[in-house]
Amino acid sequence: MIPASFEYFRANSVDEAIEMMAKYGDEAKILAGGQSLIPMMKLRFARPAKLIDIGRIDSLRYITLDGDTVKIGGLTTHRDLETSNLIAEKIPVLAECAHEIADLQIRNVGTIGGSLAHADPSADYPPVMLALDATVVARGQNGTREISINDFFISPFTTALGQDELLIEVKIPAMKSNEKGAYIKIAHPATGFGVVNCAVKIALSNGKITNARVAFGSFVTVPYRDESIEKFLQEKEATVDTIKQASEMVAEGKDIIGDYYADADYRRNLAKAVFLRVMKKALNLDS
Amino acid sequence: MKQTINLKVNGEACQIDVEPRTLLVYAIREILNLTGTHVGCDTSSCGACTVLMNGKAVKSCTLFAVQADGCEITTVEGLAKQDELHPIQQSFKEKHGLQCGFCTPGMMMLACEILQASEEMSEENLRKLLKGNLCRCTGYQNIVDSIADAKARMTAVA
Ligand SMILES: Cc1cc2nc3c(=O)[nH]c(=O)nc-3n(C[C@H](O)[C@H](O)[C@H](O)COP(=O)(O)OP(=O)(O)OC[C@H]3O[C@@H](n4cnc5c(N)ncnc54)[C@H](O)[C@@H]3O)c2cc1C
Ligand code: FES
Ligand code: FES
Repeated sequence: MIPASFEYFRANSVDEAIEMMAKYGDEAKILAGGQSLIPMMKLRFARPAKLIDIGRIDSLRYITLDGDTVKIGGLTTHRDLETSNLIAEKIPVLAECAHEIADLQIRNVGTIGGSLAHADPSADYPPVMLALDATVVARGQNGTREISINDFFISPFTTALGQDELLIEVKIPAMKSNEKGAYIKIAHPATGFGVVNCAVKIALSNGKITNARVAFGSFVTVPYRDESIEKFLQEKEATVDTIKQASEMVAEGKDIIGDYYADADYRRNLAKAVFLRVMKKALNLDS
Repeated sequence: MKQTINLKVNGEACQIDVEPRTLLVYAIREILNLTGTHVGCDTSSCGACTVLMNGKAVKSCTLFAVQADGCEITTVEGLAKQDELHPIQQSFKEKHGLQCGFCTPGMMMLACEILQASEEMSEENLRKLLKGNLCRCTGYQNIVDSIADAKARMTAVA
């Protein structure tokens, strides 16, 4: 499978990339790792006339701690996140999530910026980023702006990023000592993409849940946070009973994707089960 | 329009002209005539096209050759030194890590990255790392055994 012809440009800096994006408009697409874009181009689902390769902009590949915020450069690979000591210490659930993505070869090349900008509804990062309250930093011709992850995913494969904007950074609050995170994906056995995935971040105090962020993906067209479940969990005892009650609310009122592999009813039930498992994992509950 | 790129392939510097849309695997197979790297699926699934790019395992059917400009590429042809097999090749040979051999170059190149890690690796973790490589013949057990054997071999030497 050979992609359609295109013109290739390599950007050596963020400014240069933004200049090129402004100049070529919607004729051009950004190429980061290429691990989503190249398969799309091979299938000719995407036929950009021009590619702007940002893969060599090393200044976009970093993981740093700034006060209580972990900052991740847009070109940081899944493998970087999976193996980073800083991530293991400050946001272990993100390392677990990155480890779930595809296979070693894809993780060596694919980037967090590319995955978020691609906005596949069954990708691994979206629910985790929602649960972790991430902020996306975008830069375009008109300067830099921050987009809350709550406003980032618009529809399948569409984000709040403007045509001329580059995703340059993801900011995530480091986990506090009373906070627990967990992520589980039930993957399609052949593609590895999610059938249902769920991530949570729970704050605890004296056995009580003081704050909860609960996010789902893969079975809906746009990954989402369930604020009714979050509200329900607030100030409840961190017990199996609590989470069983909460699990009844999972996917309520949601339009659920169904296909030949997993129909909508199955996914709805699976989502409840996965939520239970994720909560047990986060709260360290057994039965 | 073709573009000139520089690669260091199996230690040798080379300069080739490619269209931007030329996939790395076709540059390796059809321009450099190194046909040890295979194309199994052409859809990023099977891992037969795995090569090392600057020491990291990558799927060469899912990269444009222009992305590799200036990089070091190692293919299966770069493993043996003259007549002496690389430990991973020796292990695949002795532990029957292959049957038809189609997946083998990709399996061995992936193993090369795995073998660079200094720490011990459980069989479970090893199996997880093979996720991106498919084999229609062996049932994987002998591949896992071969990589574990190569690990032991290389640790013994080091
Ligand atoms: C076999 C296979 C299995 C996979 N399995 C999984 C899986 O289990 N879970 C999962 O989550 N993902 C999976 N993926 C997708 C993978 O995670 C991709 O790496 C990722 O989605 C894209 O990252 P990239 O850097 O390769 O982006 P690219 O492919 O280069 O780009 C993707 C899109 O984002 C745009 N873009 C890229 N970077 C930026 C930026 N900084 N700013 C603005 N726009 C940008 C591009 O223009 C393009 O439209 C899989 C991919 C393959 C091939
Ligand atoms: S040919 Fe590249 S993964 Fe199958
Ligand atoms: S040995 Fe035949 S595919 Fe693996």
